[in-house]
Amino acid sequence: MSANNCRAVKVVDITPLGHSSPGEEIVELKLEYPGWESGWRVGQFVMIRPVSWPLDLIWGRPFSISNADDTTLTILFQVVGRGTKRLMELTKGDSVNIWGPLGSFFSKPKDRPVLMLAGGMGIAPFCGYVDSHEQPENLKLFFAHRPPLENYPYKTLSDKVEVEDIQENKPEDIQTIIARVEALVKEYGEKKGLVTACGPTPFLRTVQRAALKYGVDAELSLENRMACGVGACLGCVCKDSEGHHTQVCTSGPVFKATAIDLEG
Amino acid sequence: MDMSVDFAGLKLKNPILTASGTFGSGLEFKRFGDLESLGGIVVKGLSLKPREGNPMPRIAETPCGMLNAIGIQNPGVEDFLTKKLPKLPWKKLPVLVNLYATDAQEFGELAAVLAGEEGVAALEVNVSCPNVKEGGIAFGQDPSQITKVAEAVKKNAGNKPVIIKLSPNVTDIATCARAAEDGGADGISLINTLSGMAVDIERRTPRLANVIGGLSGPAVKPVALRCVYQAVNAVKIPVMGLGGITTAEDAAEFLLVGATAVQIGTANFLRPDTAFKIAEELPKVLARVNAKSLDEFRGSLKLPK
Repeated sequence: MSANNCRAVKVVDITPLGHSSPGEEIVELKLEYPGWESGWRVGQFVMIRPVSWPLDLIWGRPFSISNADDTTLTILFQVVGRGTKRLMELTKGDSVNIWGPLGSFFSKPKDRPVLMLAGGMGIAPFCGYVDSHEQPENLKLFFAHRPPLENYPYKTLSDKVEVEDIQENKPEDIQTIIARVEALVKEYGEKKGLVTACGPTPFLRTVQRAALKYGVDAELSLENRMACGVGACLGCVCKDSEGHHTQVCTSGPVFKATAIDLEG
Repeated sequence: MDMSVDFAGLKLKNPILTASGTFGSGLEFKRFGDLESLGGIVVKGLSLKPREGNPMPRIAETPCGMLNAIGIQNPGVEDFLTKKLPKLPWKKLPVLVNLYATDAQEFGELAAVLAGEEGVAALEVNVSCPNVKEGGIAFGQDPSQITKVAEAVKKNAGNKPVIIKLSPNVTDIATCARAAEDGGADGISLINTLSGMAVDIERRTPRLANVIGGLSGPAVKPVALRCVYQAVNAVKIPVMGLGGITTAEDAAEFLLVGATAVQIGTANFLRPDTAFKIAEELPKVLARVNAKSLDEFRGSLKLPK
């Protein structure tokens, strides 16, 4: 009998961060650690579906593992649709089905500078990245965001690594962000560093363009709507560099910038 | 209770299979249960040549269901036979291959490729995909085409049982079931997805790039049950029921109206171990409703006088 990697765990804590507007809350959800025998890697994700959900909501929801230790697993989510709105209704002690850890993960090179580029909720996996990295002095986070910093787990990162952020308040700010991302990617290329990125697709496209332009080693974590999270439904595909469809859930979510085509 | 089933000569240890397109090649689900505890698996639809499938977005969640328009993305039959099948425990787990082609001749060619494969237990013929422009549903809505495809596959399938998977998007399901039987099919499975659509009023766009997709999940279960009931009463060959089964009780409902076996589809997305749980729980459910045996319970629906 094989082990079952789909387990029910309890909600340890659920906390909206900062002062986000109702209906757009950014929430930190702490669950009991599912006891995975083989552990997990930074950049991997989980599918979660509360046990109490009625059949009205069919799918679990995919989330990056933000952090985990022996007792708890943390994810971050923003209320954006009917699923996350219902997740927001969870309270301490509720049971949640969780399956994972799923997908590919970020590299953690030793003795090389690493640039972490996060757009909005893309900050999530970097919490675990920073905590699990042996040389945090080699890490730098650049964070592009719309809601204020206190709505994100930014302080836990700025306490440990070099950080920089740009808040997008008006449409013109996007150009400033793009220019800064490009300059940083170029700089890390010159330093023979690694660029890691997680965020919305337009943000990742900016990172990818710069990485390809300057020939920089970069890893991008994609997000997509998913039904199964395990490679079966084929609902989350992206195009690989040869133009073939490939599953974000199993070939990714973390891809080398050279491996996928985000332009199509 | 003895849960074993003979489906058109296919020996299944229980009547619970997984539906094509919801369980990958089966290997994806090894981490969530013992594949060999299932009656069988039906792998994702395969064509002679690889297919890229439809553009994104391809899936949309709808109340109690989902729409999909994947478009039979698959790596081609050879890829499956050389890379996936050898890793499946096919000696102990019947592996049914779902076939997709655009005309009867191509279906025949595909059947010929699979006929000699020891690890393939049976062929399930998709004459009902609503998500591809050519073929698919066009066959499924024309009884004479269903017969023709069944004949073409049967002719080349060697000793493999041939199961025709029917579309619910037809005027009379009984006629389609008989058309498959007339073509020499050893069994039928139904239902494939119901043709459906979802739109976004903010963006004024369809939610699927293909505009129209196939609806599955609990939302379609009453339609599926009705179709299975009518098909069972129209043909002598065995019927595999599917459409919205999420619990062992749901599975029992399909057996009650006469299905010989059932497939679990969209429910695999509720939890990836759903099919394993249903296989485990079905005997308990049958015992609870005082079924003496699977044979006694099957088709024992009491109709009003």
